[in-house]
Order: sequence, then structure tokens, then C-alpha cells
Amino acid sequence: MIHVLAFYLFAILVVSSGALTILSRNPVHSVLWLILAFFNAAGLMILLGAEFIAMLLVIVYVGAVVVLFLFVVMMLDIDFAELRAGFVSYLPFGLLIALVLLAEIVLGIGLWSAGPVELAQRAAPANPELSNIQAIGGILYTRYIFLFEAAGIVLLVAMIGAIVLTHRARGGVRGQNVAKQNRRRPQDAVRNINQPVGQGVEL
Amino acid sequence: MTAFFQGLGLPFEGAWLLSTIIGILVIALPLMLAVAMIIYADRKIWAAMALRRGPNVVGPLGLLQSFADGLKVFLQETIVPSASNKALFLIAPIITFTVALMAWAVIPFGAGVLVSNINVGLLYILAISSLGVYGVVLAGWASNSKYPFYSAIRASAQMISYEVSIGFILITVVLWAGSFNMSAIVESQKGYYGFLNGNGFNPLLFPMAIMFLISAMAETARAPFDLTEAESELVAGYQTEYSSMAFALFWLGEYANVILMCGLNAILFWGGYLPPFDWAPLYLVPGIIWFLLKIAFFFFVFSWVKATVPRYRYDQLMRLGWKIFLPTSLFFVFLVSGFLMLTRYGGAQ
Repeated sequence: MIHVLAFYLFAILVVSSGALTILSRNPVHSVLWLILAFFNAAGLMILLGAEFIAMLLVIVYVGAVVVLFLFVVMMLDIDFAELRAGFVSYLPFGLLIALVLLAEIVLGIGLWSAGPVELAQRAAPANPELSNIQAIGGILYTRYIFLFEAAGIVLLVAMIGAIVLTHRARGGVRGQNVAKQNRRRPQDAVRNINQPVGQGVEL
Repeated sequence: MTAFFQGLGLPFEGAWLLSTIIGILVIALPLMLAVAMIIYADRKIWAAMALRRGPNVVGPLGLLQSFADGLKVFLQETIVPSASNKALFLIAPIITFTVALMAWAVIPFGAGVLVSNINVGLLYILAISSLGVYGVVLAGWASNSKYPFYSAIRASAQMISYEVSIGFILITVVLWAGSFNMSAIVESQKGYYGFLNGNGFNPLLFPMAIMFLISAMAETARAPFDLTEAESELVAGYQTEYSSMAFALFWLGEYANVILMCGLNAILFWGGYLPPFDWAPLYLVPGIIWFLLKIAFFFFVFSWVKATVPRYRYDQLMRLGWKIFLPTSLFFVFLVSGFLMLTRYGGAQ
């Protein structure tokens, strides 16, 4: 009973906040609706018993990615009228992409539920004693270890690429050398002199 | 407790719902009282270190000061700036406060004494604490004012930076405990060298305990990392435009978060509800007493640091997070997992 109620609550909230993400006029509101959508999607995953994925969704997307979105959107000065202007001309293209995605989802789910993976699952269901993390770790670090490491390398290359693209060595900047500052002692910097009256200081 | 309500003739789901709601109230209401008292303690400790008396007028020894402040704030008018984004302006403090309460669901107060014993307890805490930044960012943006906005930008950068190193520090503890479950993490700390309880006595994890304490201060934006409300630069930071209960919610949420971080220090590194020594008579004292004593100790450390350490500059804060804590904690993840691979999991093959 509570399960069913929770499912409908989360599902309705995901769909409606997803719709409001596109429909709201203020981009900051859009980002906030997106957060709500992610949060409720995490709730749906908990109902499925995939608590590890749910937590990762919240930590990675809500905790990091969307904060950066919000960061950028808050600082942008967006002209809403200009943003709206292209709506009609892009509409057919957007609908096409939506159709392709829908077809892919239907095909994917259809093939999965009739395909060898699902049949194998039914024949030998996953061990319910195993926790989420152990189950995912067990399959990720054994059968898919090369794909997993390849994904890691792709991310590393992307990270280095992003740093190389944005890093510029600017001339004339005096950086702070913390070790040097910490090594500095009063006797290196301060000198006591007995200054006679009426004469200039020699530095 | 679910079984008790089922015994009264309720169906399982109703009994579960009722017992969970009671569990939440049993934690949340004393927590509010604890926040009021800990604000008083904070002011007293701070005053003592500055050779002042601190609050001493309202009630015996000034004990009722926080309640008087709360009443004063409650009777004030809520002012919403006309240029602000009204809905978000009012939602922001509610988010801060709610998020500060949510994380307590998985904190074990004693063996088996917690609302929700989920397998991914520590990840849940990480997820909830990563939501905390939204209250601050939204408050800063919705106020539509310069200083709150600067504060919001600082807050988001600061919290993201320190969450990264906190994540790695948590991983070292999880590796050692072999579980994300909070109770399992506490139980795994029993009997270091046969008589000590606590990961902090482990030479591989002790540096992590220190780093976690410092990161916890940065994550809750406590002094010396309180750049989000640095009064000499940003008036009151993101709270500048707030008054009345909206302001009080920020206040309560902030201190509830500080207590939570003190509790996490105790749970992850100093044995949580276990007594500090693995000696049978000490187990006669209920676990919650030990846990609260440890929280009180860490709160004293927080106040002590607040009273004595000058505020960091923003670039120093970022340097500490990204250039010192991140590489060091990453190195310790490598070190701890390597050590466990060689000893516990026999990885020489």
C-alpha cells in the first residue's frame, strides 16, 4: 500500500518536475525543477531496491553537477525573449529527437524483457543476500573490468583535455609561494637602525 | 517498535509508519533542544576564552538565553525584500533546516538505536550533506542583493571543494570497516590493540581523523572557514536580507549541522556509541551517554577553534582543500587499500 502510494507520488513528481524544467521561464527555476526530478528519480530507484544507484544519483547529479549548473545559470545574464524566439523553428527538430529516444527506449525494454539477459535472470536470479554495492562491484571488477578501466581512461583524458584547454599561463602574475613565506623570519625582513636626526635613511 | 504497534492490532504498514514517525519525533525534538543549549554553550565557551562572562542574565547562569532569543526572533516581522524572488527567498531557509534534520535518520545512538538501518548509511549522509549547499545558494540568489550573492558563490565553491576530500576520507574508513552501514562501521572499531575502541587509534587512519575534523569545519562553514558570512567583508553573507523565523531557521539548521558533524567525527573515528576503552564495566554505561559525551567533546573543539583561530583568506581556503587535503586523502585511500589488500585479503597472489 505505502509502496504503491510512494511509487505514484515519486512518478508523478518526476514527470511533472521534468515538464516544468522545460516550461518554466526563469532558468534558475528550471535548474531547481531538475533537482526535484533527480531527487524523485532517486526515490523510484530506492523503491526498486537499488539504493546504491539512488545515492550515487543524488551525490553526483544533485550534489555536484547541478550545483555547477546553478552556479553558471545564476551568473549568466539571459535575455528570455531571445531564448524564446527560436522555439518554433527548433520544434520539429526537438520532436524528432524525442521520437528517436522514445523508439529506442521501447525497443530497448522490449528486447531486454524477451532477450537472453532477462531469461538468464529468471533462470538464475541474483543472490538477494548480496548488498547492492557488493553485487555491482562483483560484476564491474570481474566481467567488465576492461570496459570499466577504459571508461576511467576516457574520463582521465577528458579531464586533462579540459585543463589544457582552459589553462593559460599569464605573464606578470606574482604567484604566492607559501613555503617561501613560511620560511621567512623577522630577522630577514626587519632591521633595527639607530637613525640620527636630520639625515635620510639608506635602504 | 513496529512489532509493538502490530501487537495492538495495526497492520504491518500502519505500524511501521507510526513507529517511524515516532522515531523521527524522538530524535528531532530533543535535537532542537540540544541546538538551543549548544548555542548557549558555544557563547559561554567563546566568552570564557575572551575573558568575558557571556550570557548570564536570562534564567539561572543565563541558561534560558537561547529560548529568549528564539522568542524575540519569533515575534519579529518577516521582511521579504521587494526585489527578491519571493518563493525561493522563503524556501531557502526551509531547505537548510530540513536537510540538517534529514541526515540524523541514519545516525546510531546506541547498538541498534536508529531510525533507519540502511546499508548505504554513509552514502546517504554524503548525499544529504551535499544538498545543504542549496539552502545557502538559493538564499544568496533569491535575495537579489550583492553581498548575499557573493556569499552564495563562495559557499558553493567551498562546499564542493571540501566534499571531495571528505568523500575520500570516508572511503578510507569504509575500506577499513568493509561496510557503508553506520552500525557496522561503529562495531568494526572494537578492540584496537585489545583495549581501545576507535579508528582514530589506528596509525593509518589517525591523519584522516584530523583531516576530517578540519574538513567538517569547512563543510559547515564554521570559523576559521566562515567566509560565507565574513562580517568584515560581506555584512552577514547570505543571511543579510533575512529576518524573523526565516533567519532563525538558518541558525537552527547551521547548529544542527555542526552537531551532526561532531557526531560523524565520533562515529567514524572515535567509536561512536562504544566506550573509549574495551573494558567490560564501561559497557554498563548506555551507549548514548558515550555518544553524547563524544559529541560534546568535539563541539568543544569546534568552539575552541572558533575562539582562537583567525579567519582564512579565500585563496588559502581553496589551497588547503584542493592542494593539500585532496592529494593527501587520495594517497591515504591508496595506502589503506594497499595495506588491507596485503594483510586482510591476502592479495599477494
